[in-house]
Amino acid sequence: MTILAHVFTLLAVTAGALLFLAGTIGLLRFPDTLSRLHALSKADNLGLALIVLGLLPQAASLTDGLKLILIWLLAQLSAATASQLIAGSLNRRKSGP
Amino acid sequence: MADVFTAAALAILAATAFGLFRVLRSRIAVERMMAVQLLGTGGVAALLLLGAASGVAATSDAALLLMLFAAFSCAAFTRGEEDTPDEDPQPTKEKT
Repeated sequence: MTILAHVFTLLAVTAGALLFLAGTIGLLRFPDTLSRLHALSKADNLGLALIVLGLLPQAASLTDGLKLILIWLLAQLSAATASQLIAGSLNRRKSGP
Repeated sequence: MADVFTAAALAILAATAFGLFRVLRSRIAVERMMAVQLLGTGGVAALLLLGAASGVAATSDAALLLMLFAAFSCAAFTRGEEDTPDEDPQPTKEKT
């Protein structure tokens, strides 16, 4: 059973790291700020989700696993609101006279 | 298993460093603000991985704090930016 957990952890963590790489490449390649913001928050959050998913079977106790999930939840909520706020301020700046 | 986590954490930190280099160099203030978001997420992931690799449970608390600070700084930036927009003709009106 532990072999399965280890294999799952390996796959999830490498997939998460690759997603971070994709987020960074998206950040470097995209032409304007809004699409860069999109690439940044989406790819990084999915990468973080996969890493937390991969770390769950390795967590020492149930509370540690729950804390990992809470960290991911906070990351999702704060990234969503921060991206909305940043995009909002960007639009206000663009729509100014 | 621990060295896999460390390698993944280093890869994520390298990717985040690349992104930071690009974002911090741009002139647009909003893009520089995204560096905080990038550092928050990347830093949290690396911290969690290193915590799992080293077995220290306290790193997840540090990761939680880092995420909180990234969220607050983004909110503070956009809140502050609303009070003194460059093109607002009557800045004194907001001060009452």
